[in-house]
Amino acid sequence: MEYVPILLLFVLGFGFAVFSVTIAEVTGPRRFNKAKQEGYECGIEPSPQPVVGGGRMPVAYYLTAMLFILFDIEMVFLYPFAVTADALGVFGLVEIVLFIATVAFAYAYVWRRGGLDWN
Amino acid sequence: MTTPASLPDIDYAGVAPVLIILGAACIGVLLEAFVPRSQRWAVQVVLSLLAIVVAAIALGAYLYTGPQNTSTFAGSIALDRPALFLWGTLLALGLGSILLIADRVVEPGGAFVAQAGIRPGTMLDKEQANRSSMQTEVFPLALFSLAGMMIFCSANDLLSMFVALEVLSLPLYLMCGLARRRRLLSQEAAVKYFLLGAFASAFFLYGVALLYGYANSVKLADIANAAGGTNRSDALLFLGMGLLLIGLLFKGSVGPFHTWTPDVYQGAPTPMTAFMGACTKVAAFGAILRVLMVAFGSTHWEWQTIMWVVAGISMLLGAILGITQTDVKRMIAYSSVAHAGFLLVGVLALDGSGIRATLFYLISYGFTTIAAFGVVSLVRDGTGESTSLSSWAGLGKRSPLLAGIFTFLLLALAGIPLTSGFVSKFVVFAAGMSAGITPLVVLGLIASTIAAFFYLRVIVLMYFSEPAADGPTVTLPGMYTTAAITLGTLVTLLLGVYPSFMLDWAGTGGFVV
Repeated sequence: MEYVPILLLFVLGFGFAVFSVTIAEVTGPRRFNKAKQEGYECGIEPSPQPVVGGGRMPVAYYLTAMLFILFDIEMVFLYPFAVTADALGVFGLVEIVLFIATVAFAYAYVWRRGGLDWN
Repeated sequence: MTTPASLPDIDYAGVAPVLIILGAACIGVLLEAFVPRSQRWAVQVVLSLLAIVVAAIALGAYLYTGPQNTSTFAGSIALDRPALFLWGTLLALGLGSILLIADRVVEPGGAFVAQAGIRPGTMLDKEQANRSSMQTEVFPLALFSLAGMMIFCSANDLLSMFVALEVLSLPLYLMCGLARRRRLLSQEAAVKYFLLGAFASAFFLYGVALLYGYANSVKLADIANAAGGTNRSDALLFLGMGLLLIGLLFKGSVGPFHTWTPDVYQGAPTPMTAFMGACTKVAAFGAILRVLMVAFGSTHWEWQTIMWVVAGISMLLGAILGITQTDVKRMIAYSSVAHAGFLLVGVLALDGSGIRATLFYLISYGFTTIAAFGVVSLVRDGTGESTSLSSWAGLGKRSPLLAGIFTFLLLALAGIPLTSGFVSKFVVFAAGMSAGITPLVVLGLIASTIAAFFYLRVIVLMYFSEPAADGPTVTLPGMYTTAAITLGTLVTLLLGVYPSFMLDWAGTGGFVV
């Protein structure tokens, strides 16, 4: 019996996915647009391959993705900290400040070395 | 208002060496961001060397004043004698590696690339090979890796060990791809190491998951306790152990999990090969020793035969394949596979004398390796290092001092008396004999004899063949490489002539449970 909530959560998640797809299909407007036929690749044209750089992706994409993951992970830790900040006391505060500082170091590095310049 | 959580007790004095190295690495990243390009190299070298020295002082102070055989971070980090000995070893070998990395005289600008993002083979790439700058991120990366290694060999639970494994591995993957010359080979090495390393990490994690299922804990001591009970599934325990060990043996380049070693050793920048050959070996075998003795010591009757076979395969593979090599870096790589087998003999003794022998072997092998790669980086021709064995012919006539030092180091690797290699092989095999694994020791002696052939072949080549007319030249080393080679050679000699003090240090205690 103790696994019933997990089963319920599974059903709920599956139901939400099915509901979202179905409701979009039923109620959404259908206006044709050529761009909708193409594969989606972070807003750049997937084909033809860019000539510059021999068909490779601009490296700035990877930098942005890395930065995103960095701050995503930071949030993953900040939420539980915020909930238990009382119980963790000063020790927890110092630890989380150190954690944010290390992430900030990485950010400062990317910023100073021109990782955020788009041109 | 919630009740205060119970916080782990942290022995800051005990973990100070690791914190200092990690802190210096973080400062190094900031320096990369804010110091002008022209001053970065000098600032990073000073910071890295200073951090290692201060960490060593902190370690020494803790050894004399701190409590013995404790653990901290709620039992996750062991501060027992083997862990502290390995920290000292890693700091000393790290110092030697940083010295090799810092050299800018042997290869003008340093052994590392000026700008790693440039495509190999293009005009820009040819131009940057002659530029006087280098990617100074190497220094903080090396420090991060070093700190990961220190945590790796003192981690007393499998999760900390896994995090440490990634902290030590990721910078290594990156640094392998940063050679200034032969960029494609270097990048190939980095990609191979990264992919195979990711597989090995996955094996490690699968093992941790199964062991957690078995023992309901990731702590090594709890796994040992659970194995003492009788009503659990042995399949879970031994499957988990096997997968875990594959991950660890991969890092230690023990055959048959060694396939990455020759390619990566050959492609990586030579200072980085020295760092991997010395420090990664220490970290991996520190962890193998701890895992086998603390977590699986009580069940060793069940698994030790398989590990004997692994050790035997590693010795023979390394020794036999080493004979066929024509590249000096690949030859030393296969020799390191053979040495991994010998080290495993000491580990599999599974007692105090085994710990002592393995720790001694690690420190003496590490110093010999660093000096040997230092010498390799000096023999050069127009395209960079000349690592093909045929071009080493007649080196004894051209540069007697360098050939003499390399001969001494090769004799140490072969295990000839009056070098540290002899003493370390002796103590390892003695520990194996007294633990009753005589067949493995005999196999080890045979493998040593086979391996001695290819070391001696290089010596013969250097002294008894005529130098080629257009052969490589020996570059005069700068201050840093000279210091690293001298340090490695002197320690190799010292531990060969007067090993007892180091053996005493290595034998001062066992693992904390």
